[in-house]
Formats: sequence, structure tokens, C-alpha cells
Amino acid sequence: MAIVKATINGMEVEVQSGTTILEAAKKIGVRIPTLCHLNLEGTGIVNRVASCRVCVVEVEGRPALAPSCAEKITNGMVINTNSTRAITGRRMAVELLLSNHPQDCLTCAKNLDCELQSLAQELGIREIKWQGEKMDYPIDKSSFSLIKDPNKCIMCRRCETVCNEVQTVGVLSGINRGFNAFVGPAFNLDVANTACTYCGQCVAVCPTGALTEVNDVGRVWRVLNNPDKHVVVQVAPAIRVAIGEMFGMESGSVTTGQLAASLRKLGFDGIFDTDFAADLTIMEEASELVHRIKHGGRLPMLTSCCPAWVKFFEHQFPDLLDIPSSCKSPQIMMGSIVKTYYAEKKGLDPKDIVVVSVMPCLAKKAEATRPELTKDYNNDVDLVLSTREYGAMLKEAGVQFDQLPEEDFDHMLGESTGASVIFGTTGGVIEAAVRTAYEWITGEELDDVEFHALRGLEGIRSATIKVGDMDLNIGIAHGLGNARKLLEDIRDGKSQYHAIEIMACPGGCIGGGGQPYHKGDMEVIKKRQEAIYKEDRSKVRRKSHENTEIIKLYEEFLGEPYGHKAHELLHTYYIPRETI
Amino acid sequence: MSNYRMHVMVCAGTGCEAAESKIIIENFKEELKLKGYDQEIQVVKTGCFGFCGQGPIVKIQPDNVFYVKVTPADVKEIIEEHIIKGRRVERLLFEDPKEKVKLEKHDNMDFYKKQYRIALRNCGFINPEDIEEYIAFEGYEALGKVLTEMQPEDVIEIVKASGLRGRGGGGFPAGVKWGFTKNSPGDEKYVICNADEGDPGAFMDRSILEGDPHSILEAMAIAGYATGANSGIVYIRAEYPLAIKRLEIAIDQAREMGLLGENIFESGFDFDIILKLGAGAFVCGEETALIHSMEGCRGEPTKKPPFPAESGYRGKPTTVNNVETLANVCPIILKGSEWFSSIGTETSKGTKVFALAGKVNNVGLVEVPMGTTLREIIFEIGGGICDGKKFKAVQTGGPSGGVITEKDLDTPIDYESIKEIGSMMGSGGMIVMDEDNDMVEIAKFYLDFTQDESCGKCTPCRIGTKRMYEILERLTNLEGDMEDLEKLVDLGNMIKDTALCGLGQTAPNPVLSTMRYFPEEYEAYAKREKTKSYRIDPEKCIGCTLCAKACPVNCITGKVKEAHVIDESACIACGACFTVCKFDAVIKP
Repeated sequence: MAIVKATINGMEVEVQSGTTILEAAKKIGVRIPTLCHLNLEGTGIVNRVASCRVCVVEVEGRPALAPSCAEKITNGMVINTNSTRAITGRRMAVELLLSNHPQDCLTCAKNLDCELQSLAQELGIREIKWQGEKMDYPIDKSSFSLIKDPNKCIMCRRCETVCNEVQTVGVLSGINRGFNAFVGPAFNLDVANTACTYCGQCVAVCPTGALTEVNDVGRVWRVLNNPDKHVVVQVAPAIRVAIGEMFGMESGSVTTGQLAASLRKLGFDGIFDTDFAADLTIMEEASELVHRIKHGGRLPMLTSCCPAWVKFFEHQFPDLLDIPSSCKSPQIMMGSIVKTYYAEKKGLDPKDIVVVSVMPCLAKKAEATRPELTKDYNNDVDLVLSTREYGAMLKEAGVQFDQLPEEDFDHMLGESTGASVIFGTTGGVIEAAVRTAYEWITGEELDDVEFHALRGLEGIRSATIKVGDMDLNIGIAHGLGNARKLLEDIRDGKSQYHAIEIMACPGGCIGGGGQPYHKGDMEVIKKRQEAIYKEDRSKVRRKSHENTEIIKLYEEFLGEPYGHKAHELLHTYYIPRETI
Repeated sequence: MSNYRMHVMVCAGTGCEAAESKIIIENFKEELKLKGYDQEIQVVKTGCFGFCGQGPIVKIQPDNVFYVKVTPADVKEIIEEHIIKGRRVERLLFEDPKEKVKLEKHDNMDFYKKQYRIALRNCGFINPEDIEEYIAFEGYEALGKVLTEMQPEDVIEIVKASGLRGRGGGGFPAGVKWGFTKNSPGDEKYVICNADEGDPGAFMDRSILEGDPHSILEAMAIAGYATGANSGIVYIRAEYPLAIKRLEIAIDQAREMGLLGENIFESGFDFDIILKLGAGAFVCGEETALIHSMEGCRGEPTKKPPFPAESGYRGKPTTVNNVETLANVCPIILKGSEWFSSIGTETSKGTKVFALAGKVNNVGLVEVPMGTTLREIIFEIGGGICDGKKFKAVQTGGPSGGVITEKDLDTPIDYESIKEIGSMMGSGGMIVMDEDNDMVEIAKFYLDFTQDESCGKCTPCRIGTKRMYEILERLTNLEGDMEDLEKLVDLGNMIKDTALCGLGQTAPNPVLSTMRYFPEEYEAYAKREKTKSYRIDPEKCIGCTLCAKACPVNCITGKVKEAHVIDESACIACGACFTVCKFDAVIKP
């Protein structure tokens, strides 16, 4: 590629042709504020609609200011990022946005996490010059996962880009025009009446409070304060590598011990690890895979841990409902076991037990309400908090998370292996399954448990693993758009895979819609992934079927993996849904 | 045509059709048949004659007599008097507003005298629903010439040399545009005709499509040959049903005759055209938004570059030309680039069609050579201002342009000069205002249009134009102040500087230009010197009571033959009193 030269604020810069002004400026240490722009490098999530006009700069010889996020450097360009004209244009864009914003910052869910708020601070805006009508639309609270407040929408279109181009769900798009324009489902339908998967990636990228999670913190406090309830909690693998970010810890800090300690501080009666349930999932899923391979069952088999993915295929591929594994997700398996095995062991009435989950995910909130995932009219999982909500609870309770001593999870449902912790990232579920399936199929011990071919952050990956005489073809996709490609291949009869792992979010659960906001910084997600593998390496046991509490659970209660009782408690079915 | 001794040409453009020209045509046919003349005299349904303010228009050939404001009831008289007895129907002839004499030939009318018709050459002369009539007027000769005698490069060279520039408003050289598309690599290429005409009051594209659809189809095929495209698409707003119908008929007829389709003129060149109907969003006239709309996406502009010539419809190299631009192509091919470039000014060649409207005597479509002055257009062709009022300003360029005042009326109009005097050519809307027009209200009207038509994509246009409109509302409600005027200028300039597309960047123009030329009108509002209600000048009022009778809210009181008074708190400013007063005693707010 050709090299082009330009001048930015009097400094010479040499870049590859095709580089934007924003990228070139960054290279020489010039910061240009942005708002609608988003580039999660390596994931394909790029929003470059140039709509907010916050990043405008002056290009000599041009009649109008240019959006630096989208304008490419050409030879000889003379650019001023901080001329009075550029700053005035930028300020006015932000002032205009603020003039049509509710400005309820103090009570907004995004307070201190809002990019518009930060920008107003950065530009030193102390007065909003333009007063006038503000948008006044009803807030969509129809779903269990997310809340959509059109009045806070600034038309940055990040959510739309993610929903359409990355996830290919196609629920969100610009509606109305002019001053009345905002992003929402067609005909401004309630989210609950659409094909939304609740993946929450729209929430993850929304710069303002227009898209936020349904907040369940109050409900959790209430059950914790109810002496008649026995409240147990489980935390998903991806929480431990992310929650530290909310307490000033570096991205990628592994905080498993502090997490267990913090849960105890809040007064939960049982402190359990979803990792345990992930090991249990592997017992079932690996059994199902071995069963399908040995008995000529439907292949490939697709993982079913991710509830956004489950809802996606129910809407988009209702003809392929026999492809995914019938395993419930680890969160729901944990709920089932708590309300049966644990209740029995503790002599508790399941009705008095409340299962709270802390999940990196917003789809988990909706998943917990699915009618078929209940036992005896009692939800397997009762309340779901996102990582962010749990962090907020800790802050509210004055728990200094970063200073907590490391503690263990409670026994019975607290032990976990390295195989389960890697559930938190793309490629992890299938790697964990392979570790177990390998030993079960070959009867040999697996020495090197790390399958590096399955790791990484590319959207679609594939690998062939030698399992005895058999070549096991494995496909992996993260991001629903990538998943769609693999599904279409299956529908067309072109798929050569035996097993496919799918996670809806970029990077897997570490990049989930309920995680601390990454604010467009891909490094954060990469560090979380590194931390996941670090945690795996630190474990004594790294294969799910070696988890002693799991072995005991089967001996004492479940019987055979993939057996009768396991089917009753740990497996589910899927429902064809309409596409809107 | 030669079998008939006489032709009755009846305008069937949208304006005249709305005034029952369809029935006029029916009546002519029936009546002629009844009288036994249907084999001698042909009734021809034509496109727009351009003199829309005088419609429905009926022209009798070869007598070259031009009847105006004809009603279905007049048909019998025209037949009996003119056709049978050879006498003119005096009362249906056009009366010159200045000389007050009846004129029977259109060539003698001021409205037509100074016009030079290239784009509108066939409008009003041929039946747009009959391809043979088009062919009789050199139709498809240019395409034949291009396909059999010329290389694509030669075609582009001729168009370049002619100096033809985009008539949609941008003024980009058409030949250069074609050259870009030709040189862009691509397995498929497209020619799009932009027929998303949306300026309030502008209808030149519609009239061309209604009156001479084949000229556009032929030019598109030529553009296709020149640029390497085999597919053409006309993006036309669904609100133009008659133009759509005529285009459909024209496409079918051209296909039937092998003038569209495969191997045209046995040259090996294939070209076909389809229509895409738009929902009428103004912003879809912007070429990137138009392309997105065609692709089934939200009609929103995207940043250029990439230009459509590199990556357009379906990501393929695409030429987007406006209707009027295309209408000039065939004459250029047939008569040569030198002929075309001899018309007009140094930088702007050929003619421009304007939709002349507002407070001017002769309302209609006007095609004049570039370089004609506004004074010629308004006062000679347009016949001056209605009711002898004083000229105040003329808005060109529609909601993207600005006002031009008395002092600039003698500027020869071309793309550059009109910009220099603070407006723009735009697509050709021309609204004339007289002394009674309130310039703040005019600016508010245009801004209301643009803020309503904004797609909402970029912040300055979505929120900025709304805030500007709100300031104007505040001012006209007498709730504003002088600081609001500063804000208007700041905001207007910022929107021009930061908006994403042409619509946003030009939206503040009507406000900024009226502020520039009529600051005192804005100040009068800001200082609240204006009143919201009408008032009566007691010196002029003679107490005729007409106003009191006309007032719908009964807020005018006064005894007969004594000066009347308006209760300002009850006045709804409807203007009924102003209209009925014969003594100029009512003062506007």
C-alpha cells in the first residue's frame, strides 16, 4: 500500500493510504474527541457513520469541516484539529445533543459511564445555549433484559450497526426522520415483540443511557433481607476476570478469591460457582456428543450454553432445532441442582430457596424466565444480576472489592476445574468438551490439555482434533453474524463439522452485554481472555470429569451422565419462533 | 400525422389534467366524431406547454392559435367557431397583462419570446404516449448515431466539450462524471436517472418526464453506452403518477421497437431500464441517499467519497444524472458540442429550466439560455409582479438557496454568479415575492420544510435546524430578542460547516440570506415592534364595513362611515380583512 503524507496541527505524519485522519492523529499523539465512532479492532465491529459530527476537523481548502473518523488522509492534506473553527463546530454538536437530552445524569443508569457526559466535561460545556423541544417517547420496558429509552438516543447508530451488521439480528434501525428520529425496532415495536436475542451488545456499545439493562438490584436486596428465604448465589466464569475493572483494578485481573469473599460479605447463604455447573454441562454435553457420534445421531452438534444464541436460532433457523445440544445452560443447570440435590441435602423446601446469578450477560435474565426452564412452577434461577449490577451492589454496600482477602466458594457446588473457567471465552466450551470427550472416546489420558488451535479472537475458526482413530472437526463462531454463516452451511448440507461452539458476544462471555463497559477498547477484551487462560493454568484439575464434587453428584444423585435423571433435570427443548 | 388537416393539441400535464384537460380531450373527440370531422382533425394529448398559470391550454395547428384557461364547456365553441367557421374564439385567447391586447400566437407572448427550448423541446408538441411522434422529431437518432458511429470515449468527449453541467443543483460537469464511471473498474455498472424532484414549487423534471419521456430513456441508453452500463434505473417519486405511467408506456414501446433491450441497432449493445418508486423524501434526491433508498435501506446520505462513480448502486460504479441534464444529451449528440457551448456563459453552457412561481403574472416553466438576467425572467417572461405591486425578492435554489433582491436583478444568471450573490441555482425553483411578503415568515417556511425533510442522521441537521426553526417561531410569536438573531447566525453557520450532506449544509441558507438582505425585518420581530394582529389605518378607513363582515371572529368594530378598529387580543391574523379592504386601510402585522 502506498504511503501518504499530511500535516496535522503543524506536525508531519506519514501513514498508509486508507488511514483516517482520526487514526493518523492518534499515531502522533493528537486526541480528537469522538462519539458515534466505534472500532473494536479484530471483531469486525466498526461504526463509522460519521453522524455525530463531534470529531470534525478543519482541512485546508475545504469549504466545510470534515469528520475525522471517516475522512481518509490524502497526500498533502493540511489538517487542524484544534482551530477555533473546529472546536466551535465540535462544541456546538455536543451542545445540540445536550439540548435534546433529558439531562437526568444524577439518576441515570449510565451516570459516570456515559460517553456524552464525559464529552461534555472534556469540552468544558457549562451552559446549554440551545433550548427547545425535547424528544418525548415512552420508555420500552417490555423485556426482562434491557430497557430502551429513545429520549436518550443520540442517533450514533452503534447499536444498529451491531444488531444488523455484526449480529445480523436486524431488529434495530433508524425510525422516523428529522428531529423525531431515533433508533428502535420497526414500527417502534416493543423489544419483547421482536426477534431480539437479548445479546445485549447494543447495551454494551451504547454511549448514553438509551440502552441499559433491567436493574434487579433492588429485588436481590429484598430477598437477602428476607429471613424466610435461603438465598444462594452463583457467579459465571467471565465475572472474575472483569469485575475488578469497576474497582480500579487493571483489566485482566483475576479476582476469583475476592469474588467469593465479596458474596459472603453481602450475606448470601450459599456461595457457588457457575464453573461447577459448567463442568456438569461438559459431562452432559460431551456424553451427548459421544452418543451422537457413536449412534449416528444428528451432526454437527451445536453448543447451547448461550441463551442469546438459543433465541437466535429459534427465530432464524426454526428448521434446525434438532441441531443444538439439548443441554440446559450452566446457569440453569445450577438452578436445577440447587433446587433438587442441594435442597435435599440441606433439608430445605425448594420454594424457600432463591437462586441468584451474577452473569456477564443480559440474555441470562430473559433465559431465567423461560417457562420450560422451571421445575414444579418454581424458577430454577430466580434473579439474575449483570456484572455491572453486582459491582454496583458492592459499592452500595461499601465493600472494598480490591482489598478483600481471597476466599473459596462453598463446598458441594463450589469446586471447579480449568475446563469450566474457559467457558468464559470463545472456544472455551468446545475445548473443555474435547478434553473430556477425548478421554472418553479413546480411554486414554490426555496429557496436553491445551488446544491452541481452538483459541483466538477470529470470528470463525475451525480445527481438526485427532481423537484416537477419528478426526474430530470442530467449528467455532462468536458473534451471531458469524454463527449465521455456519448455520447456513448446515442448512445447505455443506458443513463438515462434528461439533460447533457458538457464543453470541464478541470474545464470548468476557465481552458480554452485562460486563463493565469496554468503551470501545478492544485491549480490555483481550486482557480478559488472557486472564481466563491464566486461571485455567492455575487449576490443579483441568478436565471437567475430574471435578470431585461432580463425581459425587452423579454418584449420590444423578446416576449416569446423559441418563434418565440427568435428562429430566439438565436437558431442555427449543421452540420455533417468528422472525420480525 | 399527415393524413389530418388540423391538430388539436391539448395539454395533459399534471397541472392541466388537474383542471379537467382529460375531459376536454374526451369532449373534443366526441364532438368531432359527432360532427364527422374525426378523420380530418386529430386530437393530440401533449405534454406540458409550460405556461401553467394559463392552463388548461389548447393549441390548434397549423393555425398556431393558443387558447388558454379552456374548460370542457368551451370545446363546442372552439369546434364550431374555430374549426368549422375559421373564426378565433376571442375570449379564450391570452391577454397580454401589460398591453391588454389579445394574442393568438404563443410566439408573440412575452412568456415565450425570450425562451430557448432544448430540454423542453418536445413538450407540448408531441404526444408523449406515442413513440412514433418522438421518432418523428429526431427521436432515437442520437442513440443510433452513438451506437453505430461512435466509441464510448467519443461520446464522453462530446458531452465534456459541450460544457453540460448537472442540472439537479450541483453543476458538476456531466461528461466528467461519465468519464469517472467509465474508468471505474466494475463487472456491472448502472445509470440512474434522478427524478426525485422535491423542491417546493419546482416541477421541471416532472414536466419533461410527462411531456417527453423518450428523451430521457434515449439519453440514459447513451449514458449507458458511454460509461459501460447495461442497466438503467429511473428513481422517481410515487407522487408523480402521470410521469410514472408515461415512462412505463415509453419503456414498453421502446422495448417493442428494439430501442431498449438486447443488441440495440444491432450494435451488440444491451441496455434496459426499470423504474424504482421513491416515497418522496426530499433527502432521497441526494445521490447517496437515493442509492441507499433504491437498495431497500433507509434513505440516508453517506459520506462522499466514495462517490457513486466508484461505488454506487449495489457497490458498483454508477452514474446519477438529473432528468433535465439527461434531457440535453440527445440534442448535444445530434447538433454537436460547439452548438451547445455557444449558448450560455463562460462557465455555464446551454439553457436552464426554471419553475417560475409566486407573485408573478406569468406562472409556469421557463427555459432560458444561461446568462439571462433575473430581470428578464421575472419582468419580461414573467410579465412582472401581480397587481402592480413592488418586487421584493426572488428565492432561487428552493429550500437550499437564498433570496436575491432588486440590486442583483441584472446579474446574468449562471452557476457561479448566482452563488456570488448569495443563492444557488439549485434545481430551478424560482419563487417571486412582492412587497407584502414577510421575509422572516418566508425563511421560516423553508426551514420548516428542511427540518421536516431532514433524515435525522447527523446532529447539526437533526437538532440544529429544529433549534433554528424554534428561534424563528419565537421571533414571529414576538417572544424573541436580539440575542436570538446572533444565535441564528451562529447556528446557521455551524450547520453549514458541519452537516453531513448537501441538504443539511444548505438548510440555513434561506435564513442567512434573508437576514443578510432584510435585517430590519428580523429586528422588528426581535424588538417586538411588530404586532401579532392586523390593524386599521384610521386615516385610510372610510367605514365601508366590509372588513367587519369578513372577520370570522368578529373582532372588528366601528360604525358605518367611521374608521373601524381591530381588537388586537382577539385577532387571529387570518388576513380576511386585508383581502377584502379596497382602500389599503388594513395594515399587516
